[in-house]
Parts: sequence; C-alpha cells; structure tokens
Amino acid sequence: MTVLVVDMNWKKDSLAYTEFVSPIVAAVEPLVACAVRHYLELQPSEIDGYSHIILSGTPLKDFKFQKHLDRFQWIKTCTKPLLGICAGMQTITKVYSETLSACQQVGMTEITTTKENPLFSGAFQAYSLHSYSATPSPLFEVLAESKECIQAIKHRQKPLYGVLFHPEVRNPDILKRFVESGSGI
Amino acid sequence: MRLGVLFSGGKDSTLALHLAAEKETVACLITVVSKNKESFMFHTPNIDVSGLQAEALGLPLVRVETEGQKEEELADLECAIAEAKSRFGIEGVVTGAVESVYQASRVQRICNRLDLWQFNPLWKTDQKALLETLVAKKYQVIISGVFAYPLDEKWLGKQIDPVVIARLVELQGKYAISPSGEGGEIETTVLDAPLFRQKIEVTDAAVQWSGSSGVYVIKEARLVPK
Repeated sequence: MTVLVVDMNWKKDSLAYTEFVSPIVAAVEPLVACAVRHYLELQPSEIDGYSHIILSGTPLKDFKFQKHLDRFQWIKTCTKPLLGICAGMQTITKVYSETLSACQQVGMTEITTTKENPLFSGAFQAYSLHSYSATPSPLFEVLAESKECIQAIKHRQKPLYGVLFHPEVRNPDILKRFVESGSGI
Repeated sequence: MRLGVLFSGGKDSTLALHLAAEKETVACLITVVSKNKESFMFHTPNIDVSGLQAEALGLPLVRVETEGQKEEELADLECAIAEAKSRFGIEGVVTGAVESVYQASRVQRICNRLDLWQFNPLWKTDQKALLETLVAKKYQVIISGVFAYPLDEKWLGKQIDPVVIARLVELQGKYAISPSGEGGEIETTVLDAPLFRQKIEVTDAAVQWSGSSGVYVIKEARLVPK
C-alpha cells in the first residue's frame, strides 16, 4: 500500500515544495509508504500502482495547474480514494466542468460539518489559503462549509474528496483518516 | 524569480534564505526593527547585527523601524516590502515561519495586496531536525534571548551544537518548551552560515537578565575572514 502525493506547484522541485508537499508526506508517512510525483510528469497509467492519491495545495499566486486540466482527466475514471487539497479541490471541480468563484481567505477559519463523513465531524478550526472557492457539480455532495464558502465535497458514488482548507497545517488527523479509509489499517 | 527575504538575523530566517537561494534569486533582505520587545511579529535581540549579516552575505538590506504596536507594525512591514519591490524588483517574499499561522497569514495578506508571491520554506519542519540541519550545515548560531522557565542566563551566548540540541529536546519533554523556540522561548543570532562570505566576531557583549528572561546583547561586532 502506497499513497501518491501529487505535487501541484508550478514546477517540479520548487521553493513551495517544502511548504505544500512535505507537510502532507510528514503526516501520512508514519502510517504508510508515500511517493511524490509532480503533476506534469504523472502518467495516468501510474495511478493503478497506488492505494490512495492526494493532490497538494499551491501558493496563493500559483494557478498554473488550471492551464493543465488535460493532465487531470484521469480523475474522472479513478475509483481509488482521492483527496484534493485547495488547488486539488479546485482541480477536481474544474475536471467535472464546474466553475470557481473569487473568494479569498487567509488564516484560521471556522469550518462546520454539514454531512457525516469518515474524515471529520462537528465544527473545527482549519487553515485557509485560497483565492477561489468551488461550487461542485451535482455529482458531488457538500460535506462542510465556512461562513464564506463550501469547504469540503465528496463524489456521491466514489471516494473522491475535496477540501478547500489545508488539513496538513492544523488538522493532520484528517489526512490520517483519509489514508486509513478503505485500506484496512 | 527575484525574492526578498524577511530577515531577522536569527536561525530561521537565515535558513529560509539559504533554501530560497538554492531555488531562486535572492535580491535583498528586509529587516523590521521593532522597538517593542514583546512584538509577536518581529524577532528583537540583536536585530542591529542584521547590517553586518547583510554585508557578510553580500546582499542589500531594506531596513525600517517600527514602534511595534500590533497592527501599525504590519503597516510598517508593508512599506518595507513595497520599498523592496520598487528598489529591487522582487516578485516574492520569503519568511522563516515554521508554525506561526499568525505571522505567515499576516505576511501573506501584505504580499497579496502588493501582488507578490509568498513562501515559507521551513513551514511545519520538525523542530529537532531544523536544529540538526543548522549543525550539519555548519551554521554558527548563538542563543541571544531566553524567555521561558527553566531557561536561565547560562543559556545566553551559547552556540547551538549537538549537546545544546539534546538538552533542549529534553526540556521539551519535561516543560513543553519548543526546542527551536517556536513559542518564543528562545531567540537566536547567526554569526556564520554557508552563504556568509565573512563571519561575525563578537568583540563586546553583555548579558541582561530581568525576572525570568534575558538577552545576550551584542554591543560590538565585526566581520572577519572565514
């Protein structure tokens, strides 16, 4: 069992790697093996080799991933547990042909769970760093919201999750629960 | 990408500078000198040494002073970053933030207003590993301020080495002290680092102790060959 963390930053081995990718790896690696691939290098055929996939966030000014949505079309056919964080959730939304809306949040944010799920529950504080919120397609259900926008979504038929906040900063247990989900750990 | 580094002269901002220089172009340092010793945003002991450190690094320094009142010091920081952008053409700002959402989010908002990228290359780094990296990379870092029990005046001026790291980790277990000082328990001053072309020699210093905290004040220092 190996978790794939997809580096969503604007280039491979960027200055943002230690800020947006390493903390995810640090949270899940004590539980399971972890591999990292940059999205521009990842081939859809590689996905089968991993048990779970996590799409990382990016710096606030980094939108390059949105110009490469063709690199993420595999998400539509992926049946493995997948979690998109911030830029990752925005990517999932765009892959399913929905739009993003301007909504900037920087700092700790109150998140309220709106639907029971295996990753989190109740109200909690989480770190936000985003310029856009995402309104998902009807194929998704909303799991959590903040005062400003939708904060978490899940595909109705598949273990495909998106969170707009950054769980790796103050809520690493969410990442642990994600990799434990559907794995038998 | 041309970057400005928010530089206090302590271990975190110096290590962040090192990581930034490995990936992008560091165009200048930005130092905010706060008159408020309790500032949540800015490291205070020996901030004046930053001029010598900038010279040792061969980098220009944008230096501003602030009274250190909570939100006004952020306005002063914004002026300093704006000056760095206009004088040195920076496209982004680097900080040494490790855990502080308070610091990172405030700098992020300023950068956003100024249309600049923002990076925290030490974000969430394990604190013991961070200290060990400094030793492995041959940084010469002294403890220039202690602000939490049971740290006492004997710690002031001590160089961070494997023995000091082991002791700090032990105190973490007993007293919940952050080994790298993330909770403001210790402040540091860098006297030598891999990117320094010369190192800093302290020629006159004094310990100032008050109640349960103290600082190692560098009164005079100079650059000497490495």
